[in-house]
Amino acid sequence: MHIASRLLAWSSIGLVAALAIAGEVLIAAAMRKVGDLDEIRARAGLGGAIRAVLSSRAFLAGAFCMAFNFFAMLYTLSRVDLSLAAPGIASFTYIGNAFAAKLFLKENVDRRRWLAALFVCAGVFLLLK
Amino acid sequence: MKHTLAPQQYLVLLAVMLTASVGDTLLSRGMSQVGAVDMQHLGRLFHAIFNPNIVAGIVLLIGFFACYMVALSWADLTFVMPATAFGNVMVALLSRFWLHEHLSVSRWIGILLLTCAVGFVANSPSRTEHGPDSDPFAGPPAKSSSLAQMDSGVGL
Repeated sequence: MHIASRLLAWSSIGLVAALAIAGEVLIAAAMRKVGDLDEIRARAGLGGAIRAVLSSRAFLAGAFCMAFNFFAMLYTLSRVDLSLAAPGIASFTYIGNAFAAKLFLKENVDRRRWLAALFVCAGVFLLLK
Repeated sequence: MKHTLAPQQYLVLLAVMLTASVGDTLLSRGMSQVGAVDMQHLGRLFHAIFNPNIVAGIVLLIGFFACYMVALSWADLTFVMPATAFGNVMVALLSRFWLHEHLSVSRWIGILLLTCAVGFVANSPSRTEHGPDSDPFAGPPAKSSSLAQMDSGVGL
């Protein structure tokens, strides 16, 4: 593969992964703040649950990132082989999510969860190779 | 704070697994029919939305997104992550036992690793404890109504 096209492929993969991480962390932060949707639906109905989600700015920012991620992924899939794009995006996203969950969401990412993130990366890589 | 999951919550995680992987597969199939998109013809991305495979993929991914948000409302991101990855295992097993496709040794190892990853996380609490000021996206404290308490009120 030519250096320029390889650079384009990896920057597209990096962009898709970065948008996915940003979107997922923002949505996770929003959903944590909103609370258990099943309980909200039982208390305020489906409309109340939807209103609670849509009134969160973190959710809207996360959804924007995910929408942008969707089009970036379509672009990447049309330019880069699926066998490279899928494991690459998945691996970067899972590891990046574990770091972001620890840093921004202050989740207790213990040794078991780090190991799970590494196993997911390796597993997805082998599965999609 | 709840740490154990109800059967209904396991069903949500199962839906997360299935809809994500099947939706992605349909999108990939649709984009291979649409053809390559370059910087000069980005408008083709919008035409791609009318491809039946892409439409079906989008519908499934909307379902995934709804289930994913529900799961994140009672579980950590690092708890839900392996569930989404486990969807790949479902697709691989379906292709082996339903479509009778050949699975290489490396793919079987991949399935084993993903199963181990889900096993590690499934034994841990779905939600780990967070301090009151641990949310960097949190805005001012919520005020009067119950709906206001649901709002994240983030300041980005």
